[in-house]
Amino acid sequence: MRLSRLPMMSSLLLWGLLWEAVGRAELVPIVPPLTEVVVTFGRLLGTETFVAAVSTSLVSFALGLFLAIVIGIPLGVLMGRVDAADRLLGLWVNVFASAPLTALVPVLMLLFGLGSTTVVVTVVLFAVWIIVLDTRAGIRHVSPSLVEMARAFGASRAAVYRKILFFAALPEILAGIRLGFIRAVKGVVIGQLLVSIIGLGELFELYSRNFLMREFWALTLGLFVFALVGSAAIGLLERRVEYYAASRG
Amino acid sequence: MTPHAVEVRGISKSYGGEIQALRDITLEFPRGELTTLLGPSGCGKTTLLKIIAGLIQPDAGEVLVGGRRVTGPGPERAFVFQDFALMPWATVLRNVGFGLELRGTPRGEREDVARRYIEEVGLLGFEHRYPHELSGGMRQRVGLARALAVNAEVILMDEPFSAVDEQTRRKFQEDLLQLLAQEKKTVIFVTHSIEEAVYLSNRIVLLSRRPGSVSRIIRTSFDRSGSPDEIRRAEAYLDTVEEIWQLLKQYLV
Repeated sequence: MRLSRLPMMSSLLLWGLLWEAVGRAELVPIVPPLTEVVVTFGRLLGTETFVAAVSTSLVSFALGLFLAIVIGIPLGVLMGRVDAADRLLGLWVNVFASAPLTALVPVLMLLFGLGSTTVVVTVVLFAVWIIVLDTRAGIRHVSPSLVEMARAFGASRAAVYRKILFFAALPEILAGIRLGFIRAVKGVVIGQLLVSIIGLGELFELYSRNFLMREFWALTLGLFVFALVGSAAIGLLERRVEYYAASRG
Repeated sequence: MTPHAVEVRGISKSYGGEIQALRDITLEFPRGELTTLLGPSGCGKTTLLKIIAGLIQPDAGEVLVGGRRVTGPGPERAFVFQDFALMPWATVLRNVGFGLELRGTPRGEREDVARRYIEEVGLLGFEHRYPHELSGGMRQRVGLARALAVNAEVILMDEPFSAVDEQTRRKFQEDLLQLLAQEKKTVIFVTHSIEEAVYLSNRIVLLSRRPGSVSRIIRTSFDRSGSPDEIRRAEAYLDTVEEIWQLLKQYLV
């Protein structure tokens, strides 16, 4: 365990050192030394504008991801269980899951205005499709004999969904939420960048326009860490249920 | 009360309108007996069992349980699955009590019942294990305990030992006979093993190749008072196995 972790950590260290060296040597004007970026991040955490921007973004992010989950899971279940729904929606879900959705954000601005609503809708639009697809795949992989078993022992239709299908598909549903989480981070940044007057998007715009590279990288690094830590946390949950994904046969 | 726990009358079933799986099956299953459905693979024996369970709708014919016509699953029948069909996210205790859970039996009560049957099938001490921690044979014991726990009069078993290794299977067959002697259930048992059918059954229904129809009913009549090994060596047992083999041979290519 520790041995297998070591190379990963040491490679991070190596790349960090390289970044530091490039920054110190002042080779590229847009790359300040890593240590200065980290110090800047610490300083930013204490400023009111930063905290306000982060909380605005977090609210949009959380709301968007929440909506993506409560829309995505039922839609995925529907597509997994009902062939007609699958044929009707499958094409669109697949198109949206792989389409460059950024192009749609300006249209969303027309519809929802230059505010948080547009950002939330962007987050939903980024995150929801992969949740739908993974949930659908999970439902399709549920062993038919488990469903038969529940019916044979008198399960109602609702009980089959609640007690069998949901739990049997949980590994895939969690994988979908983990990927949705990462896409939602993209969604919130892109949404705010394009709307550009709120949250982290406003800060990104401000920093890059004024060439505040330390602040810019501090923000970027912070986002990366957030996305990685968030998906790793969901990954931990996944590991708790993966034993039964393997044992489903 | 009719002497038959289950009757099927004129059951036919085809898939996709083309492949006829079963043709006009009429059979009775006497109360308290173990009847085996035996036949070549693809003869529709599992389909017939699932029709009796109410899991598959027949194209024609009807199923009567205790004299009453049934069209879906019901509490008088319990099913044991070939692939065990255990919930991998639930403990042995919850799996065994699942039938009662679906009926709304309070937790304490259903766990007491589950514990009793876990003990009966020889899994005492494994209540809080998960299915992936058990061997195939133990998993099927969980499946059997689940079927017994709902106290159904009829137990339907779909090749329950086919995914279990040979030694475990023999032990399991012996335990099953012992259990059934205590529990007084009517059992309908699907298998493709002649030895298994002869060893376990009171009656053996031979099905012909697709479309499946009843080709012969054989009543086993050898002395079962001896030990399992004596039975397996008894002449009457071996003769019955041989007789069925001669009958089934014609269906092989």
